[in-house]
Amino acid sequence: MDSESLLLSLELASGSGQGLSPDRRASLLTSLMLVKRDYRYDRVLFWGRVLGLVADYYIAQGLSEDQLAPRKTLYSLNCMEWSLLPPATEEMLLQTSVVSGRFLGDPSHEYEHTELQKVNDGDKVFEEEVVIQIKEETRLVSIIDQIDKAVAIIPRGALFKTPFGTTHVNRTFEGLSLSEAKKLSSYFHFKEAVELKNKTLLEKADLDPSLDFMDSLEHDIPKGSWSIQMERSNALVVLRSLLWPGLTFYHAPCTKNYGYIYVGTGEKNIDLPFML
Amino acid sequence: MEDSTSQKQEEENQETGETGGTWLEMTAASSQDPEPKSSEQVESEQGPETGPQTRSSLPWSPQSRASTPMDDLTASGASPAPAPPQELCSSPPPLDLARRDLATPWPLDKTTTVILEAGTPHSDHLEQAPDKEESPPHQTSQLEGKGFQQSQQPNPHLHGPGHVSYKKSKQKELRFDIFWEEDSSSNYDLDQAEPEVSDAAPSMLEIAVQNAKAYLLKTSSKSGLNLYDHLSNMLTKILDERPENAVEIIENISQDVKMAHFCKKLDTLQNENEMLPTYEIAEKQKALFLQGNLEGADQDLEDEIAENPLPNVMESAFYFEQAGVGLGTDETYRIFLALKQLTDTHPIHRCRFWGKILGLEMNYIVAEVEFREGEDEEEVEEEDVAEEKDNGESEADEEEEHELPKSFYKVPQAVPKEESRTGANKYVYFVCNEPGRPWIKLPSVTPIQIVIARKIKKFFTGRLDAPVISYPPFPGNETNYLRAQIARISAGTHVSPLGFYQFGEEEGEEEEEVESGRQSFEENPDFEGIPVTDLVESLSNWVHHVQHILPQGRCNWFNPIQKNEEEEEEEEEEKGEEPDY
Repeated sequence: MDSESLLLSLELASGSGQGLSPDRRASLLTSLMLVKRDYRYDRVLFWGRVLGLVADYYIAQGLSEDQLAPRKTLYSLNCMEWSLLPPATEEMLLQTSVVSGRFLGDPSHEYEHTELQKVNDGDKVFEEEVVIQIKEETRLVSIIDQIDKAVAIIPRGALFKTPFGTTHVNRTFEGLSLSEAKKLSSYFHFKEAVELKNKTLLEKADLDPSLDFMDSLEHDIPKGSWSIQMERSNALVVLRSLLWPGLTFYHAPCTKNYGYIYVGTGEKNIDLPFML
Repeated sequence: MEDSTSQKQEEENQETGETGGTWLEMTAASSQDPEPKSSEQVESEQGPETGPQTRSSLPWSPQSRASTPMDDLTASGASPAPAPPQELCSSPPPLDLARRDLATPWPLDKTTTVILEAGTPHSDHLEQAPDKEESPPHQTSQLEGKGFQQSQQPNPHLHGPGHVSYKKSKQKELRFDIFWEEDSSSNYDLDQAEPEVSDAAPSMLEIAVQNAKAYLLKTSSKSGLNLYDHLSNMLTKILDERPENAVEIIENISQDVKMAHFCKKLDTLQNENEMLPTYEIAEKQKALFLQGNLEGADQDLEDEIAENPLPNVMESAFYFEQAGVGLGTDETYRIFLALKQLTDTHPIHRCRFWGKILGLEMNYIVAEVEFREGEDEEEVEEEDVAEEKDNGESEADEEEEHELPKSFYKVPQAVPKEESRTGANKYVYFVCNEPGRPWIKLPSVTPIQIVIARKIKKFFTGRLDAPVISYPPFPGNETNYLRAQIARISAGTHVSPLGFYQFGEEEGEEEEEVESGRQSFEENPDFEGIPVTDLVESLSNWVHHVQHILPQGRCNWFNPIQKNEEEEEEEEEEKGEEPDY
């Protein structure tokens, strides 16, 4: 959700029981503005909150002029002091995939993971237990990256691609109509298209190159990994990710208000097919 | 303006005599393609050909003969002529138009080639003349800067910059000198080529503008719109709304203007109101608010008479908000009103907002309720009847199958459910999908449902009658699953600060019976509260006040093996240990 309309956004997204206490809101409003100034971001998004056992991580993201460019991620424990997280790498994802369970709330906490590794010592091959230390900060980075790639979404038409190749906020976006808002096909993943390149020409025929340049939600695997609901007597459409429970996307049809927030433990729901 | 132009034309005609006719025809030929594309094509095709020709024509011109003008008139005027009149008088469908536009360059090309073959340099002059004249009309007819630039560029580039007009006038002088010696009628004006061209330009410009406008006003056969109105609408919209960087969003504006045409047509016969679901729910929720106001007067009386069963939802919501949990303010208030509606329509002793369960299609708002003495016993009876029916059926089966060997497997005796107001069925739960919709009472929970609900993990759909498909087959539909989950959540998470509740004294007397003794509690009147820091620092200051649910699925132990009294005694020993878990 946009940091500038934070209060309205929080109010709109509160249907899922996820909110922020008044003191947190006030400090976020102040500190995110400073973040925007200090880091020279074009836009700052309040990304959400990863619940830890001792403390919660508050996450914000800074966007540059090109909306689809890699985003900078910041975290804070008290909503006032923000620290920049390093960009996620493939190595990190691989490394942290062995850690499960909840976050602790201490960025310097180290998870210990023992692994059997084959060691070649001359002719002999024997297995040795190796203890790998994984910092919670690294795990936080990789979880945020996974969530962003999997379930960060925006409505169709909210962004448009300029002839120069960059992506900008569409100022003429006036919200989805009520009938469009109920369809998954009118929402896109907020990342560079992956699936789109594999489509046939026939499927691409109806697409508007300035608007349809991202992957649509409707082909997500497994089918039904989104719950789409009308709330507040149809004045609000709410999408909840079932794959990453805790991610709520809201959009008030026919207005410019849209955004997503993640409030959750940072654990993927791997039981999803059983639960549907 | 038209009058003046026509006058000018006439004057021209008189002045230039025959050539005037050719001029007009030339302008017609040039204005036949006001569309930027076609004209560009024409020029791009003509340009390279005319360029070298003009250069070559200069030395050749003295050798030209008088017979060539006729050829020119027929060649350049006649061959493209068939196309333009049709275009101008009849408005062909866009496709035909496009074809014709595409086709027109060809005849022109042919003319040039024919002329080349004929080897008449004069024709090149004439060819070049319309080419020159074309650029001024294009300045007006082509609104887009691009087209204009493209149309203008080739000529100076090919003919050499700066000298164009000079060359042209020179050429004309040369040509006319040679050409009009025989006619010698009115080349008096034409010798002064520059003023003549400037006089002629506005008239042709006007015609070109008229033609361009006529073209723009042409109605599309598909949508019935024309480009002229569309452009003016767009410009109006832009000037009205004054968007920043309008250039970048011109496509969207165009789209918006077009979409505005597709608004619903007003039907004189019937004016049907759109019944959006938004309005339906708003109407229902209006009832909530109205009821609140109407009952407000009576409320004072009621307060005096009896305790209000309604919980103070708003107060607790405030504290939850401080903790960063809870629903939005307005939704909380709607739920509060819905609870009020519930307490007004049912004989409810105590009511509590249990929570909200998120579903796939709809959510559940759950209210926890304790009935007054007049609880509905009808349903209990109905269920008993149903059980009896089951028994009857099983007996009938036995009679039929008495000859064949029976299955030795006996269904393990079902653990009976707890009475209402005891154990897991202590409270009654009402759910609704949205505040304002009717409250639905959930049935009481059975142990088997709880046991199985522990083994499965399912999403709620939001429809109470949806089936629950799972591996240990769940007895019942989503209503029962929801009820079982509510029982489990309540048993696990309902806590109170230490000392807030105490066991009732009456129960204390009956405490010989361990099973039933510890199931009711009451508020401790002497409770003075625990400091917040203590509550935060240690979990030992928080206690459960809801009974634990045994693995059996009940809060109180039920002995399924009651045949042997001995065994029963043994069980009792075990049972004594059970509650500790």
